[in-house]
Amino acid sequence: MDEISQLRLRKAIQDGLPLTQQPYLTLARELGLTEDQVMQTITDWQDDGMIKRFGLVVKHHTLGYTANAMVVWDIPADKVDDVGEKLSACDAVTLCYQRPRQLPEWNYNLFSMIHGQDRETVLQQLAEITEQNGLSSFKRDVLFSYKLFKQCGGQYVQALKRPELKRQSL
Amino acid sequence: MNQLEQQLIDEYQKGLPVCSRPYLEMANRLGASEGDVVSALSRLKQDGMLSRIGPVFNHKKAGASTLAAMAVPEDELAAVAERVNAFAGVNHNYAREHKFNLWFVVTAPDQDQLQTALKEIELSGGYKVMSLPMVKSHFIDLGFKVKWQ
Repeated sequence: MDEISQLRLRKAIQDGLPLTQQPYLTLARELGLTEDQVMQTITDWQDDGMIKRFGLVVKHHTLGYTANAMVVWDIPADKVDDVGEKLSACDAVTLCYQRPRQLPEWNYNLFSMIHGQDRETVLQQLAEITEQNGLSSFKRDVLFSYKLFKQCGGQYVQALKRPELKRQSL
Repeated sequence: MNQLEQQLIDEYQKGLPVCSRPYLEMANRLGASEGDVVSALSRLKQDGMLSRIGPVFNHKKAGASTLAAMAVPEDELAAVAERVNAFAGVNHNYAREHKFNLWFVVTAPDQDQLQTALKEIELSGGYKVMSLPMVKSHFIDLGFKVKWQ
């Protein structure tokens, strides 16, 4: 499949699959491809890691997980990999990334996310995580979210010079 | 939420079947009909429980992305957020409790376009953008374990 077709397929699925009996066939028809080409390409993308996960993408907030804390840590370079591994192994942690510091205003290099049903639960979980992994000596900050302005999938493929695809997507 | 909807969320945040009739395969596994699965998914989507059924792309392989933050006076926050949201590459835009109170993810097809987008967002938003691109991921995304009440 050529590069333009690949880009068009990425654009077509980044907002979700159609809810038709044969969703891959629906996509194929929109894109002038065969159903097999669409399925094979999606499979290849999963195999090579371009797609990390393929399935239902939930909205935590609507599911009742209204407390969302970004917990940021200041961890020395020689310990950050180890602490990152430990945090990501915790059930309550839903993301764990290293990011650069931006001194002087931003001194944290490890980012983790905890989604919980309420603020107290999240703080309790954080206290347990800190205690169990011996992290109490590291500086950290907890940034609860208090308003959601936008939530959608990453729009990596934009403005292709082809007619826009219009359909109901899921 | 009914049992089928809960099962779909429990079982299919990853590994959605890639075959001609994926909803039928899911239905067979969960002991439901294809029509039930499709209407359950459609309901979940309509009720705002799902943002989509589809791929979560790897940031690094799919293009360029970064986590960005702005420090905005509280009374301007909603207006600035709206201007930031107007950019197609912006997703997951949240207000958070910190001096840096607006946090959003920006994605673009490549690094050059990402940097351009960040500059445009800064101009349009009116406040300096702090960009914190991912250096390393420690997390394998297997979906979110919901504790049903």
